Amino acid sequence: MSEKEKKSTEIESEVLLEKVREIESAKQIAGTSDMQNSDRNNTAKILNEKRELSEPLSDEESKRQMSRRSRRNFLIGGATALAGIFGWRLMPDETKQNLFRRAFEFNEKVSQIFYSPKRLAPEFPRELAGVRVNGMEGLGGDFNAADWRLRVGGLANQSEDLILTLDDIKALPRVEMTTELKCIEGWSIVVNWTGARFSDFIAKYQPKTRNGNAPDIENNPENLLPYVSLTTPDENYYVGWDLPSILHPQTLLAYEMNGAPLTMEHGAPLRLATATKYGIKQIKRIGRIEFTNVRPPDFWAERGYDWYAGH
Amino acid sequence: MAKQLEKKHPLAVRWLHWINFPLLTLMIWSGILIYWANAVYGIKIFGYELFHFFPARFYEFLGVPFRLAEGLQLHFFFMWFFLINGIIYVLYLAFSGEWRAILPVPGSLKRAALVTLHDLHIVKKLPAQGKYNDAQRIAYTGVIVMGAASVITGLAIYRPLQLSWLTRLLGGYEWARWQHFWLMILFVGFFVVHVAQVALAGWSNFCSMVTGYEAVNTEMKIPVSSLNENEGVTPV
Repeated sequence: MSEKEKKSTEIESEVLLEKVREIESAKQIAGTSDMQNSDRNNTAKILNEKRELSEPLSDEESKRQMSRRSRRNFLIGGATALAGIFGWRLMPDETKQNLFRRAFEFNEKVSQIFYSPKRLAPEFPRELAGVRVNGMEGLGGDFNAADWRLRVGGLANQSEDLILTLDDIKALPRVEMTTELKCIEGWSIVVNWTGARFSDFIAKYQPKTRNGNAPDIENNPENLLPYVSLTTPDENYYVGWDLPSILHPQTLLAYEMNGAPLTMEHGAPLRLATATKYGIKQIKRIGRIEFTNVRPPDFWAERGYDWYAGH
Repeated sequence: MAKQLEKKHPLAVRWLHWINFPLLTLMIWSGILIYWANAVYGIKIFGYELFHFFPARFYEFLGVPFRLAEGLQLHFFFMWFFLINGIIYVLYLAFSGEWRAILPVPGSLKRAALVTLHDLHIVKKLPAQGKYNDAQRIAYTGVIVMGAASVITGLAIYRPLQLSWLTRLLGGYEWARWQHFWLMILFVGFFVVHVAQVALAGWSNFCSMVTGYEAVNTEMKIPVSSLNENEGVTPV
């Protein structure tokens, strides 16, 4: 082999090697490098992942097959997306509101399956208690706390409203709790409440039953009228409660907050305080309580919020 | 050059993926409608707030203010579909064996770092991989974990009395809400990177999430003998 020939072979080898390197790096970039050969410890190998490859095809055949698949799948996907978007857009608002309300009611049922009055919300040290004012609906007008009376409807053996004073409520066992008040807006605050348990109130002032028999709270609470409606004296604010939630031991008819009688803005002289539902359900300045068989209207539920609004 | 069609994404994964996209979008959107009513989070350093979630302009641009009720309606309706879709996806991965393509292993972290360096054009070499590289594995497993965490933290603030043990485990009501919020930010972060990477990976990769298949170049085995021939290498 002449010097010249040797040189040219060397150059050709160099060129070839360079070409191989290029191909290898192109393969790497294309992500098609053979995972089995290049790194025995790579994740795909460790987890025994397999690739699914068709037989080798010509360029034209692969293009043909791919565009057939594209056409079909993009059509199906596009049609589904359009159906979803236009189905939603064309749905009447009323239908949507019904749908959402039913979703809330479904969630309520799921929650009640897991509900137990024995499960308590955490209590906090008294010194963590704070103050935040929110919501003045039903607190307007001239209101004289001294003239205030609590009217109670739907009681057993009583056709007219029973009229109670604050002292009647204070005569019930006095209970104090320091719990986290949660607003549906997303904030929370620890508050110290003093009042009578609603369950103690109901034990003394017993509601009518569904079948008209005498109430038996201890043994047959399911027979009691299942809802409670609470309204402010001016009836501008009103909430509906399910009986199990209002009978939870951490639901109080509260007359004191953070160790002092309720102020006007916090619902003097009597309000609801609970760890079982959002603030929107903890009505201030209660004027009337009624036990009822029908789901009572609720101020915020009428404005698109969850009627149950419970924890 | 010969091609092979690689089956990349099973039909179930494609449906679940594309159904999840609007569902997660709706969950985030309705979550923002809800968050607006008590928008208290920000990025703070030494008490100085660098960024507040979210600026007033952001809310106005998207029309967020005073839509809390609507946000709650959407959130507590679509949560079921988001949850069910996620559960089906996890079950599918588990029983089909697709988890092999997605799960990371302890060595993945190091290889994912190399992938990241490669994507940033700092190193040339891409570590060996299967369908997904190790950065993708961590990301795709990560979003499943994030989805589960969103459900768990969401439940803890949805029913904090009945699930008080869970809420307590997460550090209380306020912390659970904070975690729920940051999981949303992580999802948005995932979305941004995911879309950018898909855009960079090109059209045929994107199509594979719709059609299931991608045409790949046939593996080239260069015969050693060809190196000794002067004919040059023309791999078939």
